[in-house]
Amino acid sequence: MALQSLDITRRSATTTPSPGQRRTMEVAKLIDVTKCIGCKACQVACMEWNDLRDDVGINHGVLDNPTDLTENSWTVMRYAEVELEPGKLEWLIRKDGCMHCANPGCLKACPAPGAVVQYSNGIVDFHEENCIGCGYCITGCPFNIPRLSQKDSKVYKCTLCSDRVAAGLEPACVKTCPTGAIVFGSKEAMLHHAEERIADLKSRGFAKAGIYDPKGVDGTHVIYVLHHADKPEIYSGLPKDPSIGAMVELWKGATKPLASLALGAVAAGAFIHYVTKGPNEVSEEIEKEFEE
Amino acid sequence: MKRDPDKLDRYTAPERVNHWLVAFAFILLALSGLALFHPAFYPLSQLFGGGVWTRILHPFIGVALIFSFGSMFFRFRKLCVLTPSDWEWLRHAREMMGGDDRNMPEAGKLNGGQKLLFWLLAACMTLLVLSGIVMWRAYFSFLFPPAAIRLAAVVHAATGAGMISLIMGHIYLAIWTKESIGAMLYGKVRRAWAKQHHPAWFREMTGGRK
Ligand code: HEM
Ligand code: SF4
Ligand code: SF4
Repeated sequence: MALQSLDITRRSATTTPSPGQRRTMEVAKLIDVTKCIGCKACQVACMEWNDLRDDVGINHGVLDNPTDLTENSWTVMRYAEVELEPGKLEWLIRKDGCMHCANPGCLKACPAPGAVVQYSNGIVDFHEENCIGCGYCITGCPFNIPRLSQKDSKVYKCTLCSDRVAAGLEPACVKTCPTGAIVFGSKEAMLHHAEERIADLKSRGFAKAGIYDPKGVDGTHVIYVLHHADKPEIYSGLPKDPSIGAMVELWKGATKPLASLALGAVAAGAFIHYVTKGPNEVSEEIEKEFEE
Repeated sequence: MKRDPDKLDRYTAPERVNHWLVAFAFILLALSGLALFHPAFYPLSQLFGGGVWTRILHPFIGVALIFSFGSMFFRFRKLCVLTPSDWEWLRHAREMMGGDDRNMPEAGKLNGGQKLLFWLLAACMTLLVLSGIVMWRAYFSFLFPPAAIRLAAVVHAATGAGMISLIMGHIYLAIWTKESIGAMLYGKVRRAWAKQHHPAWFREMTGGRK
């Protein structure tokens, strides 16, 4: 939910233009995984700003807490212990949450007009008052992000603090990060900043350091700097080549309008058949046979 | 033989009630399903009290259809076994639609088209039920991996559209063939109607007499 109503590029299940009179600067949040110390300050800031409290869970013996995203935890830290070279343990910590895809699968899948919107600044937001609770967005999302609330049957996820951004503030997680691992600005500036970070990492021996801004979803508005950009899956299953995928394209692509036209054609065909051929009635001969 | 000497008994009261229960549930399912199918149909959700009610009601009406269609399936299953003569009938169905029924093999109580429709609908129902359960986010989707839910969504949408077009055809043929809606409403048909449209059944029922 947010305040910008003039800046919408796309609304779910809407075939007419969205209110997009104003063009805003494309923004991005850069998460530099190599700088993250896993303190979870961002998780706390997210709860604070959005005024959400998750249920107290149980300790799973690892730092992941809660262990997964929920309707009340829109971002979680995921901790992976990886040994790429034997004997050289690496602790890879990734802040998980909505990627704010340029081509969002959630928006494509949603059947309810205006339940998912994409602002011209790139933020993908759920407008819960329009949400019907079908969960199609979960089916459509290549990053497994939206969560359906048991309480109100609406879906929730990271808003990229669209309410703060609308008022010229940075997202709460960015504001709170003590190491500067999360930064926010124009997408262009963030890509530039990422390049500098990658050059630095390469000079320190991380030859495969790189940016994660996956082209399969036309880029994202949450981007990562990874020390092993060639193996995103080692960061607790970050998809290597995410895309909306053939199944969801088939489900939500051109087939739907075509099938709708086909249904119309069946109705029109039937009408034309009736008008041209006339009804199928008992023939005169048989009627005569049964008279008297 | 007949209580009413003029008309032939075609469908019993339980068969008719069953048919109309299926029809009613199906129409509600088609309207609520279409509302979610494409934005052009979303206004249909108003018939159900809005989008949220449409989402809640659709799968439960589906469960009602499972029972009513299931019961109809067991009632008509034997009657709908296709014979070689039915396949022959189907090969000539195009001529029939063109208004020329001279080459049609004699149809029994149900013709080849009606029998084929029965099996196609049964196949659609099976696919819709299986995929519908996988898509039912409130109770079942959490049991399945995303790839299965995506496949189910494609199967459900495609089969739903397919079944809607089959039923549109079914409704049209009932309108086209005069007096056949009366057969399903009141259970009885005129002898002349039976001889015209289901000659083999007419002979079986009357021994060929008028
Ligand atoms: C038989 C049991 C059925 C079950 C359990 C079922 C269940 C579902 C579910 C769970 C959905 C997802 C939306 C929602 O949560 O409401 C759905 C969508 C849909 N259903 Fe069904 N359904 C059934 C039968 C049917 C039938 C008979 C039709 C055809 C008339 C149909 C047509 C549709 C359509 C067109 C959609 C939208 C699909 C899309 O756009 O992806 N369903 N159904
Ligand atoms: S990550 Fe998922 S929920 Fe977020 S914008 Fe992309 S498709 Fe939508
Ligand atoms: S759950 Fe809500 S936001 Fe998600 S697809 Fe359904 S209506 Fe759209």
